Amino acid sequence: MRTFTKAALLATVAAVAALPGQGAWADTSGKRIALSNNYAGNSWRQAMLRSWDKVTSQAVSDGVVAAADAFTTAENQVTEQAAQIQNLILQGYDAIVINAASPEGLNGAVQEACDAGVTVVSFDGIVTAECAWRIAVDFKQMGKDEVLYLADRLPEGGNLLEIRGLAGVFVDDEISAGIHEGVAETGKFEVVGSVHGNWAQDVAQKAVAGILPSLPEIVGVVTQGGDGYGAAQAIAASGRDMPIIVMGNRHDELTWWKEQKDANGYETMSVSIAPGVSTLAFWVAQQILDGADVPKDLTVPFLRIDQDNLEENLANTEPGGVANVEYSLGDAQGVIAGAM
Amino acid sequence: MSALLSPRVLRGLLPPLSLAALLIAIFWLQPRTMSYFGLNLLLNLAVPIALATIAQMFILCVNELDLSIGGFVSLVACITATWLHDTPLLGIAALVGLIVAYALLGALIHIRNLPSIVVTLGMSFVWLGLAVLVLPTPGGKAPEYIRSLMTLKPSLVPFPIIASVVIAGVVHLFLMRSAVGTVLRGAGGNPRSLERAGWSLLKIKMSMFALAGFFGVLSGMALVGLTTSADANIALRYTLLSIAGVILGGGEFVGGRVSPIGAVIGAMTLALAGSFLSFLRLNPDWQIGAQGAILIVVLALRVLISRSEAKR
Repeated sequence: MRTFTKAALLATVAAVAALPGQGAWADTSGKRIALSNNYAGNSWRQAMLRSWDKVTSQAVSDGVVAAADAFTTAENQVTEQAAQIQNLILQGYDAIVINAASPEGLNGAVQEACDAGVTVVSFDGIVTAECAWRIAVDFKQMGKDEVLYLADRLPEGGNLLEIRGLAGVFVDDEISAGIHEGVAETGKFEVVGSVHGNWAQDVAQKAVAGILPSLPEIVGVVTQGGDGYGAAQAIAASGRDMPIIVMGNRHDELTWWKEQKDANGYETMSVSIAPGVSTLAFWVAQQILDGADVPKDLTVPFLRIDQDNLEENLANTEPGGVANVEYSLGDAQGVIAGAM
Repeated sequence: MSALLSPRVLRGLLPPLSLAALLIAIFWLQPRTMSYFGLNLLLNLAVPIALATIAQMFILCVNELDLSIGGFVSLVACITATWLHDTPLLGIAALVGLIVAYALLGALIHIRNLPSIVVTLGMSFVWLGLAVLVLPTPGGKAPEYIRSLMTLKPSLVPFPIIASVVIAGVVHLFLMRSAVGTVLRGAGGNPRSLERAGWSLLKIKMSMFALAGFFGVLSGMALVGLTTSADANIALRYTLLSIAGVILGGGEFVGGRVSPIGAVIGAMTLALAGSFLSFLRLNPDWQIGAQGAILIVVLALRVLISRSEAKR
């Protein structure tokens, strides 16, 4: 009798201990998730696919899901991707994670997927179909965060130079709107100049070098990523005092920041979206399949690098690439809880 | 027996046989497709491609080439998802206007004796620009009746198959069996003799271009019915797909030699080739090449058949 109680107790303890780790996984071990991707032609997308492969192959070997295959369309076209999604439905996937070629053009195919009982999670390039989940990037907040950081560092305020992205692209409008909102809210900065750097260091360097002679003293440079290093080069060449340049997580930007930090204690911050957001979408899909209650609209956390974790992030970023982070199941649950 | 296997019959059989081979391979790779639901998903996006291919076929029939059909279908899709949905009268007027514009293009090409490749290549940018003006950011909404037509679930036979058979049948009866159709085809095959017989080549070219515009409009409307909303770049792929579809279906770049049934089959073959390669789990970098390889194999078979025909 006594041994029986003990054994029962032990079994209960073991079952309870196993619950948080595997209880949530048991239901999805037979599920298959597919990634439908529309484009793989730049370093961000390549990093995105590598992250997906790394995290999902681990999840598959751990038995969390049965399969997690990535599919990229041969051409970046809406009709190609719509056909691809319909093929994935036919292949019997339980969930499809989409980085979409168009926010609207895929809705018919997405609706077909939902009608067939497939869970659809879109990220980065999101779809607007009501039955799909969206993991969107709050670019506006990203621009605002830059100004708030500067307001923190520079209590007296001053003049700012804004470097914008590619004209006419929605991301550029959003980040810029966030920056101007932050400027209006803090009330101590003035944007005295604005140039288009096209998210490229060489373009940004030329543009900044061109506008600098006409500008008064500037205390900060707000950027969109991929343009901070070029701005630093142009300002250094002009012989001005180096303002606080907000960086965008690119390897060359982080390297320059590290050099300055070692040489004269230069302080700034860096912010962008990690390509590993594909893995966040994977875990969100897994959670939905698991039966978790997930709101339809989620927001991607930014990958922010500060003075104290610069070295660590720089070491993890490959030359020519962008700082990345792969998300875990816990991160996904945190994002879901944050949106409830 | 020898009559059954004559090159002429073989050449006619090549397009349906390629389609059947592809279908069997897909059924074998992915048995789920062998159902009402599966065939519907597999083929529904082939319907707008088939309509665009028929449009291209009318142009190829009079010995011209249309490089603007993709942009044109995109523009129609944008108009369908915006004007035709919000203000039907304006939408219908715009679509009719587009068909008239196509007829006028035909007239321009004929009267000024311009190369159609140059004119239509230029027009492709005009159509795309207009599409961006009509719908600057992706969106809009498909009119309810088009959406319900394209998602129709008739009993027994999936809608895409019925639609394809109807399209192929109607165009076949008109172009291959009617007196008007014979004259229209003759304008591509032997324009000089047709002109001597008193027909106006200008009128024929204008009507062929108008027909192409009409089917381009149908293609755009069908596409929006499937996607529910539009994007200015939605159908750019259709230019090349439609040309390849006509050729795959037995048409030739010399005027007059076209086949409506073959064109529809060719369009479906191309759409299925994409699915086939994706079921094979082929690396996407190889997919375009593999799609090209399927085209080359079918065309090479045709050349072989034609050669044996010439030997006789």
